Amino acid sequence: MSNVFRKSLGIAALLAIQFAVPSAMAAEKIIKVDGSSTVYPITEAMAEEFQKATKTNVTVGESGTGAGFKKFCRGETDISNASRPILQKEMDACKEAGIQYIELPVAFDALTVVVNHKNDFVKSLSVAELNAIWKSGSSVKNWKQVNPAYPDKALALYGPGTASGTFDYFTEAINGKAKSSRTDYTPSEDDNVLVQGVAGNAGGLAYFGYAYYEENKDKLRAVPISAKAGSPAVMPSPEAVKDGTYQPLARPLFIYVNATAAAFKPEVKAFVNFYLENAPKLVAEVKYVPLPADDYDAVKAHFKALKPGTGFGGKNEIGIKVKDLINRIK
Amino acid sequence: MAVTQSKKASVLADLDAVRSMIRRHKFNDLVFAGIGLIALMIGLLTLLTLFVDLVMDGYPRFNLQFFSDFPSRRAGSAGLLSAWVGSILVMAVTFLSAVPVGVAAGLYLEEYAPKNWFSDLIEINVSNLAGVPSIIYGLLALGLFVYGLDLGQSILTAGLTLGLLILPTVIVSTREAIRGIPVAIREAAYAVGATKWQVVSDHVVKYSQGGILTGVIIGMSRAIGETAPIITIGALTFIAFLPPAPVTDVAPFLNFEWLNSAFTVLPIQMFNWLSRPDHAFHINAAATGAIIILVTLLMNGTAIYLRYKIRKNIKW
Repeated sequence: MSNVFRKSLGIAALLAIQFAVPSAMAAEKIIKVDGSSTVYPITEAMAEEFQKATKTNVTVGESGTGAGFKKFCRGETDISNASRPILQKEMDACKEAGIQYIELPVAFDALTVVVNHKNDFVKSLSVAELNAIWKSGSSVKNWKQVNPAYPDKALALYGPGTASGTFDYFTEAINGKAKSSRTDYTPSEDDNVLVQGVAGNAGGLAYFGYAYYEENKDKLRAVPISAKAGSPAVMPSPEAVKDGTYQPLARPLFIYVNATAAAFKPEVKAFVNFYLENAPKLVAEVKYVPLPADDYDAVKAHFKALKPGTGFGGKNEIGIKVKDLINRIK
Repeated sequence: MAVTQSKKASVLADLDAVRSMIRRHKFNDLVFAGIGLIALMIGLLTLLTLFVDLVMDGYPRFNLQFFSDFPSRRAGSAGLLSAWVGSILVMAVTFLSAVPVGVAAGLYLEEYAPKNWFSDLIEINVSNLAGVPSIIYGLLALGLFVYGLDLGQSILTAGLTLGLLILPTVIVSTREAIRGIPVAIREAAYAVGATKWQVVSDHVVKYSQGGILTGVIIGMSRAIGETAPIITIGALTFIAFLPPAPVTDVAPFLNFEWLNSAFTVLPIQMFNWLSRPDHAFHINAAATGAIIILVTLLMNGTAIYLRYKIRKNIKW
């Protein structure tokens, strides 16, 4: 072989030696987390701080709630992030594999309906109006059709892709059935694309997690939501989520911990305790709504008791309030 | 006299016709050159605009810290360390798996395989494989490497997957490089009594090195930007530690544990930052994008340089 090959081999060897230095400490203990991309920022913050504090390695993936449960029920992960409760078919898969889990609510999120900044005519939307816009087969194409008082302006709809937990929750809350939605809207798995879409279209409307609205308040306007026609419209905010008035688009976020890992792997136990201990501070920092402090104590007690199972009976539930959530897992 | 005069006139007229024809052809040349230039610029300017845009967006993050920090929830202190180390380790596995197999396959097909319908079928399939969407390789790898062979979501799996992905490129470029060697060289070697293996190892491989290397590097620079198959096999997004070092200070000095380590790579880190709500992360993503383009340009540049250098050394 020529000199060139030899030289590149030499360079490769040099590079390899470079690696030897920074990665000298390789920990054997790794806590594996995967699941919802909505919960990801919270767990990432926890993992970052926990790793700094204890030198235990934590990896976090974001393959989505459903894909996360698949891995979890095969025993590949210790903890699964979830933006909805575990579903019946996932419970069955876990049961078949002999995997038991502890269900821990960790935060709330407010699904936020947004319109363009220039749109000043929409003061609020009711669930019925949203349903008229988003229901499967809906023919609403103009703001005038939503409410005769609105101007004659084309309606441009943006929403998350069908694989997302946000899509599941919104369609169930608004259209009464998960995954039932009109299909002639612009979907994207990347919420920033939805932000750009509505920011650039005066007739635009979209829904996504509160954090994306919070970061783009200068470009978008959130719409207050009324649960029933005539009931007061509520603007999404951490306070409205905490006192249970923002309905039905406030949703709980969970982590599911492998019960065997929680009982027999001290590092997993330490991580979950760290998670619940630091949740009030870190959850707010990444723009989600923390549970009240008492509730975290209740969740901690629930984890300490290592009580497996789910309080939701294998189906998603709409409009659950912060104060009811804790009674569920008890 | 009159005859010569008219003859001269007709020659002159012809000359005019010829001149105008030459002018016309030159004009056509110019028009085509212009169209060609525009066509070239469409590609080049698009890339340039993209690159300049990324550099301008990401420029605040171009510092050493960006390369030596682990990912973080705070955009300002989030870095690429685990991503670039992961990318290099995955690329190393890709290189070591795809090159020997690809070159051997190319050599066999070109030098040893009998020319019949079966080798034609293989040839068509190899060319077709080069066009298969990369996600398909990801799905294949998920079934075969991750679960079938139980290699897990590791650097080894990712490297082998990308190795499969660039295998057709390596095979095709090996074959093309071999075909470029004049028949006279082989015949001369056989004439002095060389065996087939001697011809292949001393002449064919040697003279086609430049072409093979070009194909390999172009394949590698495709692989380094791949996201879909790596996500499919389950690369992680938050990983704030490095794989075990491949080289240790105790005998036998080599350590292969890193092959089984969890990992992330540059495009995945970029993808993750881009999907964040916080705009500060988008700056990180832009900087990462610029770095990936730079690495790709550097790799392609190396390919061109190596080809030039190797060709210069060949004296037939």
